[in-house]
Amino acid sequence: MMKTETSTAPAPAAFEPRITAFVCNWCTYAGADLAGTSRLQYASNMRIIKLPCTGRIDPLFVLKAFENGADAVLVSGCHPGDCHYTSGNYHARRRWTLFRKLLALTGIGDDRLFFSWVSAAEGQKFADLVNDVTAKVRKAGPFCAVHPGRRAS
Amino acid sequence: MKTLGYFPGCSLEGGGIELDLSVRAIAKAAGVDLREIEDWNCCGASAAHSLNHSLAVALPYRVLALAESQGLSEVLAPCAACFSRLKGTQVRLARSPELSQRMQEVVQRPYQGGVRILNINEFMASLLEAGLAQKLTRPLGLKVVAYYGCLLSRGQDIVTGDDAEDPKGMEAAIRAAGCESLPWNCANECCGGGFSMSKTGAVLDLSQAVLDEARAAGADAVVTGCPMCHSNLDMRQMELVKRRRIPGALPILYLSELLGLAAGLEPAALGLDRHFIESRGLVRGGV
Amino acid sequence: MARIGVFICHCGENIGRTVDCAAVSAAAAKMPGVVVGMDYKYMCSDPGQQMIRKAIIEQKLTGVVVGACSPRMHERTFRAAAAEAGLNPYLLEMANLREHCSWVHSNQAEATQKAIDLVRVMVAKVRRNRPLRPIRVPVEPTALVVGGGIAGIQAALDIAAGGKKVVLVESGPSIGGHMARLSETFPTLDCSQCILTPRMVEAASHPNITLMTYSEVASVEGFVGNFTVTIRRKARYVDPAKCTGCGDCFNKCPIKKIPNEFDAGLGLRRAIYVPFPQAVPNKPVIDAAHCTMLQKGKCGLCAKVCPRGAIDYQDQDRLEKVKVGAVVLATGFQLWDHAAYGEYGGGRLRDVIDGFAFERLASASGPTAGLIKRPSDGKEPKTVVFLQCCGSRDDKVGKKYCSKICCMYTAKHAMLYRHKVHDGRAVVFYMDVRAAGKGYEEFVRRAIEADGAEYVRGRVSRITRRRDGKLVVLGADTLAGRPVTIDADLVVLADAVVPRPGSEKLAQLFGVGYDQDGFYSEAHPKLRPVETAAAGVFLAGACQAPKDIPETVSQASAAAAKVLGLFAKPELEREPVIARVNRTTCAHCRACISACPYGAAKDFDIVDRAGKVLRAVADVNEGLCQGCGTCASVCRSHSVDLDGFTDEQIHAELNAL
Repeated sequence: MMKTETSTAPAPAAFEPRITAFVCNWCTYAGADLAGTSRLQYASNMRIIKLPCTGRIDPLFVLKAFENGADAVLVSGCHPGDCHYTSGNYHARRRWTLFRKLLALTGIGDDRLFFSWVSAAEGQKFADLVNDVTAKVRKAGPFCAVHPGRRAS
Repeated sequence: MKTLGYFPGCSLEGGGIELDLSVRAIAKAAGVDLREIEDWNCCGASAAHSLNHSLAVALPYRVLALAESQGLSEVLAPCAACFSRLKGTQVRLARSPELSQRMQEVVQRPYQGGVRILNINEFMASLLEAGLAQKLTRPLGLKVVAYYGCLLSRGQDIVTGDDAEDPKGMEAAIRAAGCESLPWNCANECCGGGFSMSKTGAVLDLSQAVLDEARAAGADAVVTGCPMCHSNLDMRQMELVKRRRIPGALPILYLSELLGLAAGLEPAALGLDRHFIESRGLVRGGV
Repeated sequence: MARIGVFICHCGENIGRTVDCAAVSAAAAKMPGVVVGMDYKYMCSDPGQQMIRKAIIEQKLTGVVVGACSPRMHERTFRAAAAEAGLNPYLLEMANLREHCSWVHSNQAEATQKAIDLVRVMVAKVRRNRPLRPIRVPVEPTALVVGGGIAGIQAALDIAAGGKKVVLVESGPSIGGHMARLSETFPTLDCSQCILTPRMVEAASHPNITLMTYSEVASVEGFVGNFTVTIRRKARYVDPAKCTGCGDCFNKCPIKKIPNEFDAGLGLRRAIYVPFPQAVPNKPVIDAAHCTMLQKGKCGLCAKVCPRGAIDYQDQDRLEKVKVGAVVLATGFQLWDHAAYGEYGGGRLRDVIDGFAFERLASASGPTAGLIKRPSDGKEPKTVVFLQCCGSRDDKVGKKYCSKICCMYTAKHAMLYRHKVHDGRAVVFYMDVRAAGKGYEEFVRRAIEADGAEYVRGRVSRITRRRDGKLVVLGADTLAGRPVTIDADLVVLADAVVPRPGSEKLAQLFGVGYDQDGFYSEAHPKLRPVETAAAGVFLAGACQAPKDIPETVSQASAAAAKVLGLFAKPELEREPVIARVNRTTCAHCRACISACPYGAAKDFDIVDRAGKVLRAVADVNEGLCQGCGTCASVCRSHSVDLDGFTDEQIHAELNAL
């Protein structure tokens, strides 16, 4: 109920979402580099914040990203078992699962939060992921919970 | 009693009537109720898809739509060609929402994709699992070769859970009937298929190769699930015998006949008296 | 006051083509704290670096952002340049305008806007950067080499020759690997054993090398310079210290019919065995799965005949810890199992064999003493069909990649066969002949022209066994455009090269990446082909990708050089990305301590001058901390922070978006 009231609005035709991605340095950042060296084309809506590990992600960062006008947040790190720091991604996953529920309670749902594993070898997966997330967020429309004013624009 | 949709197709009402008789008999023995799809139509067989793609999909689509509307979630298509057409259409529809949309307009019936199609091998395997194995009280002690041909071995996503190059789908049922399934080289070779009428010579050559290999492997009989294969190997075998191209006759049995015999059913009830090649002598002690 | 310089690189046209670099540097110049915004064709070139150095000195910069390629490429370059100009290198950050922007977008307006955003984020971050100093850690100058094939042997010998200690771990009872199984080697037809066995002996006798055969890596702790690796020494049931290798035990062992793995199952071995006569160490082990004494408590013959009392049925696996500073992974490969090809008999046709089986048939030390005899009836095959790309270049059933070595060894097989069976026919089915290497193409031509191997371009669709025992090979000759049927006596499949089983688990132990096929990932495909993403762990041989012997040996020597380079200094410098605890706010909830994967976060007592404990807090051990930051994000009171990625920096980045 709350979700429909606060976070979804009819999308204007030219809506270009702003997506903030938190990625780890060893897998997804390198996977994004590989997408680059492979010259895979993808939507330009995402801005990457590089962290050493997804384990570094404080839930506050995600809230901060929304507060600063992001329409969606992506978190992506190493595949389970492949964490450069042994287990940081497991910590991230546990925290993420809980945090997601908490966010859902506030009305920020699955259409705003994305989680994925992308390894350093998965350039194509990264490109597909960005396109997929961008398309979904474009469909979901602007995120207005924190910035109600954006609904009009 | 379990109810299963049933699509006989043209073969089972004509040249392949033994398959119909034996499948119905074994289903009855296993306590499965086969409910024929009402108002079913031709699957398109080998003719439609070489002439008109839309027709080749529309015909099976109508059958699937009928089955769904009649509340049949699982449909048995004993004929290998019917199975291949129905399941192939199912696969194509699942891959392309546009095709589904188009077919809905062409056939004027909705189909949600909720029907599971079984071929004869899958059907027999499911019967065995559901308790038929205990009813096979008459082990036949035959050495047979399992002949899949093309339609029961090939087709990506159509024949699933089996290796197209080394099919095994009949093995368990053959063993359950107290028979030995011999290794041989022609399990998925071509019988000549639809050239039976137009290029009989080619069919004779191909069928002969299959029969030669079966005999070389030491088989008492060839087991198949396809009416086309059966007709080429059974009916055309008479010609080969007459021309002395093969040393003797080799019985060709449907998998359902084999299991029916093992269940102690009467050979005539299974249609064994309708074969061109005498097969009734296979059962121990004769009939 | 922050004085930030922003330098935008065109990277020739790589960035400049899609990103308006001048617009980016102009926009950057207006960002808060920025005093210089410049762009240049090649920022990494000497004049480009000079531009940065000059600006740092003249403009008294307090921070630098370079908008160029990925920091993985040139962060080190630019930080070194900044250091030369007297700026702490950790006050320089890079915005990734190439891999993450210009190369993946084509719309100039969008790409330029994204580039400006990326630069703004980095400017915001760098304003909060603090000078950091690299961390120095002592190095344990001993290397661990995992895998005792030619790659591991070569790496171990080179490191040992450099005067450093090596622990060489091999999972099998003997070192030597696959190379010991080969008959001759292309393109010179050297006898493989003749060139390998002296090296095996040298490795075993070198004072700097500790050989651990029949051993596996069980667990790994620590980091570059200071690994603690636990080795599982598998029970041999034979005490190597007492055993003299006389052979009485395995000559008497009554369990005789075990297919010998070394001979690709063509020969037989006993339950107590050495895999091959030239094994190093030449001391047997008992195969517990087949030994009746160990299984049922019956027999004990080997213990009775052993003159030295070396047999110990009570032997158990032991764990041994070694401290090493660097690791070379050289776990090698195996052949893909062609049983997945039903059309080639699904692995059931005895006369359809793989390349290793043919090597053993052709080898003078093999089960047939070098005579080519087919497995089913021991007859000499008069027609042999060799089938290349079996499982390679087939992503439906097999593997997508080219296994690289098969074209060459198939040519060698055809050649060896023709040398041994003069009236025999060798037919090779191929997709392409890939003979790139010194003397390789000439070698293939020799097989065709001088030795009469018949090369047929095309695939084989089916192999069946006829009742007379002939293998009927049905194939296509795509050059002639017709099907071909060959009655063969023996078929040799050039199965794809795949990593060894368990290689993925080993990679996870060491934190090394691997690709979808299980091959280990190098740090950079071109410029760092020997290193991995895990510092101090290097690669040698076919565990990284299919390789032939010369390539494997080259990489092994390269890995050894990397290890020796690492050991050249007594201390290592590490990136100062480590966690710090603010003791005044720490409530000692211990969340960080339980979250730390390295045991770097520990309890710490704050004491007064008298030594009385005032308060307990958490503390981070600099040497152990690897900088993942998990502790920082679990801290309830935000008392733990990560240098280089502080909360303040990340929030600044987010605010700039």
